[in-house]
Amino acid sequence: MIRTIAWREWRALFLSPLAFVILGVTQIILARLFLGHVNLFLMLEARLTTLPNAPGLTTLVATPLLGNTGVLLLLITPLATMRLIAEERHNRTLTLLYSSPASLTEIVLGKYFGILGFYAVIILMSLAMPLSLLIGGGLDWGALACGLLGLVLFASSLAAIGLFMSTLTRHPAVAAMGTFGAVFFLWIVDYAGHGRGAGGAIVGYLSIVNHYEPFLRGLFDTSNVAYYLVLTVTFLVFSVRRLETDRLGTR
Amino acid sequence: MSNPEVLVETDAVTRFYGRQAAVSDMSFVIRRGEVLGFLGPNGAGKTTTMQMLSGNLAPSAGRVLIAGHDMREAPERAKTHLGYLPEYPPLYREFTVDEYLDYAAALRRIPRKARRDARERAKARCGLSDVGGRLSANLSKGFQQRVGLAQAIIHDPDVVILDEPTVGLDPIQIREVRALIRELGREHAVILSTHILPEVQASCDRVQIIHKGRLVLSEDIDTLMARVESQALIAAFRKAPDLDAIGKLAGVRSVTAEDGGRVRILHEPGIDPTDAIMRVAIERDWGLREINPEHSTLESIFVELTGESPEAA
Repeated sequence: MIRTIAWREWRALFLSPLAFVILGVTQIILARLFLGHVNLFLMLEARLTTLPNAPGLTTLVATPLLGNTGVLLLLITPLATMRLIAEERHNRTLTLLYSSPASLTEIVLGKYFGILGFYAVIILMSLAMPLSLLIGGGLDWGALACGLLGLVLFASSLAAIGLFMSTLTRHPAVAAMGTFGAVFFLWIVDYAGHGRGAGGAIVGYLSIVNHYEPFLRGLFDTSNVAYYLVLTVTFLVFSVRRLETDRLGTR
Repeated sequence: MSNPEVLVETDAVTRFYGRQAAVSDMSFVIRRGEVLGFLGPNGAGKTTTMQMLSGNLAPSAGRVLIAGHDMREAPERAKTHLGYLPEYPPLYREFTVDEYLDYAAALRRIPRKARRDARERAKARCGLSDVGGRLSANLSKGFQQRVGLAQAIIHDPDVVILDEPTVGLDPIQIREVRALIRELGREHAVILSTHILPEVQASCDRVQIIHKGRLVLSEDIDTLMARVESQALIAAFRKAPDLDAIGKLAGVRSVTAEDGGRVRILHEPGIDPTDAIMRVAIERDWGLREINPEHSTLESIFVELTGESPEAA
């Protein structure tokens, strides 16, 4: 059941021009940044060879690009997730799901995995560029895998937030704005109180980006994994609850 | 087989929107092989009732049982026995009819191998065989309605719930849909809501009239039709008739002249003065053009049942 709903969601995305526009624009921006990283690497290459333990191709090109993809996902998420439930509500197609033998959890998970499928395409396409470096050089697979895991976890939590925002309204644009606000807030939340006392530490902990950076440096820390999993599960549970109140309907 | 299996049972179902009760204390049963018409003006609570029966809306109080499964406690099991066509057919505009029906079939847990057959059968029954490859968005309203109908019956459910199924259809399509409803009614239980009386006459075995969220009448169609049996005739003559002469005929209560040279003749129930009027008209050479029993409308039944006009409701 989850697979059926996820498959439809994924298909519907690719039947609209939005998915292709997002993929195209992402790819152009990432290509520009990739060239920048490669350029920097070529400039530093001569000096790096003289250093012991010098940062290599992966550290200077591949993981920064994963970081860039993360930032792009912050901006893409509102657009990619806004339709999930809001549009179905607006077009009154949600009744089909509600009157089918699918539980609300299955509906939410189906929608969620559908959008994750789209994120998978974005991530795979962004990976293609660093992998092309294999033609002329080698990559640190461990560091790359760690960064990739970070990116996947990061993307999963973004998708869950976007999905929840989409359950709140019948207007995709409202959902997009809500997601943008929530995600952006989580991004900049530690700007003010950076590292000042216990309050600063808590605020710093909340920041969605702070937990991503260690992955990019090749640090695998279960507490960071836990942060994203908690964030994801929380918003998925919120989404199910929200659809429940929909059915109880206190309109 | 005098008492076929009960497929839908509602027990004191109530639904509030804020403080206002949209549906209150509604109890009824529907058995296999029955077509039940839900009749009522707009805003009477028909759609709310349909939404509760289909599991789209939870009742504030009371129970809904579909094929013996409680909609609250075992919603998935209850819904496998259910097909629902809402007021607006839930179509995905970017999908073709075939893709959409395959998706609907998968949602209803039809095994992968059987989906194609199920889809083709539903299309054939709803007259969609030629439009399988077209996008839902590009179909006319009538076809969209039929796709919605196909979606509701694709898994051959025990209970089919149709919210105003003939809205937007042309007369030929309406005939086809009514025939389909009758056909479904032989094997399944069908509930349809409408505000059109002839629709109920054409397709239903039983009628429930709903007014301000309450059931005000639940009767067999035949009983209801006898009840709304005409007690008035409308006649038109080429020459002006002698109204007093008609008024003196047996069984005639009153005669009034109406617009367009028509005459409205109220008569006692059970005594039909049609023959007598025709005889008089021929004798006196009035030139009788037409004479028809005047059929009660939904409004008049409403006024009779509720003492107020539907507009005021």
